[in-house]
Amino acid sequence: MDKILEVKDLHVDFDTYNGVVHAIRGVNFHLNAGETLAIVGESGSGKSITVRSILQLLASNATISKGEILYHGDDLLQKNAKEMDNLRGNKISMIFQDPMTSLDPTMTIGKQVAEPLLIHNNVSKKDALKRAEEVLRLVGIPNPAARMNDYPHQFSGGQRQRIVIAIAIVDYPEILIADEPTTALDVTVQAQIIDLLRELQQKIGTSIIFITHDLGVVAGIADRVAVMYAGRFVEYGSVDDIFFNPQHPYTWGLLDSMPTLDTNEDARLNSIPGTPPNLLDPPAGDAFAPRNAYAMQIDEEQQPPFFQVSKHHFAATWLLHPDAPKVTPPAGILNRYEKFKKLGGNAK
Amino acid sequence: MTKYILKRIFYLFLTLFIIASLTFFLMKLLPGTPFSNQNRMSPDQLKIVKAQYGLDQSVFVQYVRYMGGLLQGNLGTSFQFNNEPVTALIGQRLAPSMQIGAQAMVVGTVFGILLGAVAAIRKNTWADTLATFVSILGLSIPSFVLAVLLQFYLAYKWRIFPVALWDNFQSSILPTIALAALPLGTVARFMRTEMVDVMSSDYIELAKAKGNSSWKVVTKHALRNSLIPVVTIIGPMAVSVMTGSMVVENIFSIPGIGEQFVKSITTNDYPTIMGLTIFYSFLLIIVYLIVDILYGLIDPRIRLGNGGKE
Repeated sequence: MDKILEVKDLHVDFDTYNGVVHAIRGVNFHLNAGETLAIVGESGSGKSITVRSILQLLASNATISKGEILYHGDDLLQKNAKEMDNLRGNKISMIFQDPMTSLDPTMTIGKQVAEPLLIHNNVSKKDALKRAEEVLRLVGIPNPAARMNDYPHQFSGGQRQRIVIAIAIVDYPEILIADEPTTALDVTVQAQIIDLLRELQQKIGTSIIFITHDLGVVAGIADRVAVMYAGRFVEYGSVDDIFFNPQHPYTWGLLDSMPTLDTNEDARLNSIPGTPPNLLDPPAGDAFAPRNAYAMQIDEEQQPPFFQVSKHHFAATWLLHPDAPKVTPPAGILNRYEKFKKLGGNAK
Repeated sequence: MTKYILKRIFYLFLTLFIIASLTFFLMKLLPGTPFSNQNRMSPDQLKIVKAQYGLDQSVFVQYVRYMGGLLQGNLGTSFQFNNEPVTALIGQRLAPSMQIGAQAMVVGTVFGILLGAVAAIRKNTWADTLATFVSILGLSIPSFVLAVLLQFYLAYKWRIFPVALWDNFQSSILPTIALAALPLGTVARFMRTEMVDVMSSDYIELAKAKGNSSWKVVTKHALRNSLIPVVTIIGPMAVSVMTGSMVVENIFSIPGIGEQFVKSITTNDYPTIMGLTIFYSFLLIIVYLIVDILYGLIDPRIRLGNGGKE
């Protein structure tokens, strides 16, 4: 498969009144053509910052202190402002979290959808608006011709997110970055938006990086999943690898705190105790160690490397080291291993 | 929209009617008489003079007569200014006042928007500090102090502009600057605050993500959305510029209407007071009408008539 995007050893720092926050501390991943990569993690884990670094849409106090972002082998971090403008909304586009605030309230939606075409392609206004109308129909806005001149406040939240998606895909981007696109929507609308993204991916063949903290959403859309914690990836693999053969205790914690159909009605939902570390002063070892019931001495002292679990499945936990003692994961995770075996996988 | 404007015009006349009535009765409560030499007149003479001006009738009859005249566009004749018709008096004196008032509003608003926008885009840099300094100066220096300072340095010492003269455009520059300082400062403050907010909003981020250059992000998306609070303050600002102009007109010897207004009140020149009050009210109502229409043009959420299905 073609790697169209590769992020290598990305470090992002934020200058704050309290000092430098090391928000991203060495992230590596790649994106294959046509696939959907989901990045999951709790709030503040650095998911959004990671993808915003790709488009260089970071806050003014952020600096990408180290790393490479290779798009077809070209390092985006070496590009100047104009070259980046040419990529944004054209080759790489983005869908934001809150559809209620991401549209310009004083511009008609027709113009907003046509805008990327007018910026990047040498097309007439008339042709751009015509194309905008087609795309609005494609994303499921009823009667688009009549609604081109309407303003955002005349649409519902779900419809607005469809419009935001229309803006993102109007110029057939190679990469679509969706930053929690369903978080602000109610559950039925969430499902519709996920379906729409999947359908559009098939129609226009774009690759998607999908950010979410909702594992349920991930299962519905992703080919591969990366789990992020405190500015680093802790585990990545296929959806089946992550859901049914998780290896990192943080992934266990995340999956275990998600209710499933087997969850007893009266049972308390599990949660991960403690809070994420302060990234003003990142821990030397595994950042999850203080919240990890399975932590060993070495977790406190030394950052675990990625251990290969299967061909495309990697996890950064010392538990996978050959010398590590055997531990028994929580019961919910053992159930998942059982399912993995049924799926024909080779669970540990 | 047409229906809305027609409705507003109806309300305009209703408001003017109420203002005219209130002013009429309040004015009659003013102490003193229009006749400065009343003490030296015999009762008979006084009676003749009063009858000549219709002041011998009851206040209510005078009111009905005045309003009748008003309906025909007759504002009466001035007691003080050479028995001139009030309409002619306003006509002659109006142009200079309107010219410097309008110039000051345009200059103040346009430069205020620019200053505020620069401050917001270059937030926390020297440009922001400078813009903030200028706008606070504009806000806090009274127009008559600025007028005197401008007159002293630019006109008297350096002789770039005339000291106090009213003939061509050049003579209107100093009074315009003196009057523009307040709207400039006010608009710049409002503009900066709102634009800082707008620049950090999600739709500006989306505008960047579309590939707009920084310049286009500002001109196509940020400016228009930042203008809404600025439009709100244009109305009250127009009031303060128009009323504030009297002192500045005096300093630069501009044959404006402010002087007449003050003089007419101190001398109980009833027709002139009425005429000017009605005229100023009319002007301000028109300004507010324009502001409301501007609102709709800038922000579709406020647009009237066909708007708002949620």
